[in-house]
Order: sequence, then C-alpha cells, then structure tokens
Amino acid sequence: MAKIRKAVTVILRLIALAATVVAVVIMVTSKETAHVLNLTFTAKFTHTPAFKYYVVAEAIAGVYTIVALLLSSRSLLARLILILDVVVAMVLTSSISAALAIAQVGKHGNSHAGWLPICGQVPHYCDKLIISLVAGFVAALVYLLLLVYTLRAALSPVFAIKS
Amino acid sequence: MGRAEVVQKRQKAAIMALRVAALLATAAATIVMALNKETRTFVVGTVGTTPVTASVTAKFQHTPANVFFVIANAMASNHNLMMIGSDLFGLEFKGFKLPLVAVLDMLNAALLSAGVHGAAFMAQLAKNGNSHARWNEICDNFQGYCNRGGVAILAAYVGLLLTLGITVVSIVKLLKPKPKPQSQPLASEIEVP
Repeated sequence: MAKIRKAVTVILRLIALAATVVAVVIMVTSKETAHVLNLTFTAKFTHTPAFKYYVVAEAIAGVYTIVALLLSSRSLLARLILILDVVVAMVLTSSISAALAIAQVGKHGNSHAGWLPICGQVPHYCDKLIISLVAGFVAALVYLLLLVYTLRAALSPVFAIKS
Repeated sequence: MGRAEVVQKRQKAAIMALRVAALLATAAATIVMALNKETRTFVVGTVGTTPVTASVTAKFQHTPANVFFVIANAMASNHNLMMIGSDLFGLEFKGFKLPLVAVLDMLNAALLSAGVHGAAFMAQLAKNGNSHARWNEICDNFQGYCNRGGVAILAAYVGLLLTLGITVVSIVKLLKPKPKPQSQPLASEIEVP
C-alpha cells in the first residue's frame, strides 16, 4: 500500500518536472524576427514581464520538484513538503494564469484598447508559446492532482480524522 | 484530554476568523471589479464650430482576465460563505467530509491565485503598455478605472493570503493524532512518500 502510494507520487512528480522543464526551455528558446513594411519586429519572451515571471516561477517549481524527489524518503519533513506543495501549486497556477492572460491578448488583440494581435506577424513564436503554455498548464494540473492524492491518504482509517 | 480540546477550539476559532476576513476581502474585490466602469468623451474633430465628440467606455468585461477575476473571487467568497454557514448551523464534518474541506480549501486557493495574477498582469500591461508589441497604455486616459481595478486586485491579494492561511490550518487539523490506546504506537503522520 505504501509502495503504491510512493510510486504514484514519484510518477506524478516526474511528470510535473518534465512539464516544467519543457515549459522553461521552449519559452526561453523562442525568438522570432519579422520584417513588416520597413520595420524589424523581434519577439522575445523578455519583452513581457508576465512571461519572465512565468519562466522564473516554472524554474522554481522544477527545482523544488527535484528537491522533493530527493527528500522523499524522510518522513520527518512530510508536513513541510505538504505545505510547500500547496505553495508551489499556487505559484504554478498563478504563473500560467498570468502568461495565458497576456498570450490571449497577443493572439486575439483587444479591440477596446486598440491593441492589435501579434500572432499574425510572428507565427512560429506563437506556436512555441502555445507549446510552452500547454506544458505549464499540465504542470499546474499535475501538482493539484498530487495535492489531492496526498490528502486522500487521510481517508484511510489507519490515520486519524478528527471530527 | 483538556489540552486536545483547547487546541481544537483554538483551531476552530482561528479558521472562523480567517474565513470571515477572507470572505470580506474577496467579496469586496468582486464587487469593486464588477462595478468598474468609466466613460470618457473625446473630441475627435470639429464640424464647422461644433466639436464632434466620441465617448469611449472602459468596462471590466472588455478584458477576459478581469472577467475571470470576478468569477474566481465570486466562487471563493461563495465557498467561504458556505463553510461559515455550515459552521454556524452546526453541521459537523465527520469521516470523509473533513479531508474534503481541506481539499476544497486548497482548490479555492489555487483558483483565487490564478484569478488574481491574471488580472494583476493585465493591469500591469494596461498601465505600462508594451512598446515591443505596439500596445499603448490606457491608464493615462482612464485613471478612475485603473485605480478601482488596482484596489480590487489588492483586496483579492489580501484574500489570497488569508485563503492560504485557511488551507494551512485545515491541513493541520487533518493531522491530529488520535488518542492512543495503551499499547499501540501512535499512527498520526500522513506519509508523504
């Protein structure tokens, strides 16, 4: 029973680690230059604070996942890891939400504010961003699943449930 | 025995106080952002001697991130309201339902965090613009709208911190050791493998 629980947790953390690594790497290496009329138009992730925050947050979550995988045998730190899991899950959801908000403006524009969409001029940049955002979303979902699975262990009658 | 009861009462009082504060914060954020609207009239030209004006409205519905912000805060306040109501009306959470409360609190925190940060970064974009994408800032024309939006986001951040506190206390409530019989070891810790 404990082995299955440990195996599922390790697998979930590995999936989250892979997703965060993919998100960071693809967003950092996405860069495209377009020539529109006479203007040169470069699209990088550093142009937008939301994407910078996204990269930093996913990197922090990836490092934490590695640390949690290495520390997974010490039961003394169980509560600390649980609380840090909650914090990291919130950081992941916040970073993906911020990046999605800005990416939605980039793809569809905002006619009320006079903001034109940029995906028409830099389609490859937009494609890579989509991949990175999907990976970040998967990381957030997997972390939420991990939290629910960890707390579900409290349903077992062996553990105390205070009424 | 007395010690455990004192701790339990303190936890209940702490959670109740945090829930009321979080409810107030998220409800305030919802209402301020939902009523956020500003109309400005600009003079766009003159026909003869009469100026031709166009009126531009900034509403929260124009931005999907703000719509998500309102919805997330409304759901968070609703969750806190339900939990406060069930505490006041004496519904006890036994057995399966107590971990459900902790899980729901945690999902509430995640939802609120996503809503707040989406709106916060959209507000940053509206305030500073983005010169690389040729997006103009709009806060210099709509200062009232931006101020109210900022207040709503701040209130929601306070609600987010309080919701994080509620989650931590709810999880700690789950980890109570059960009163042990004489000859058995204490089976208390949740294992995080």
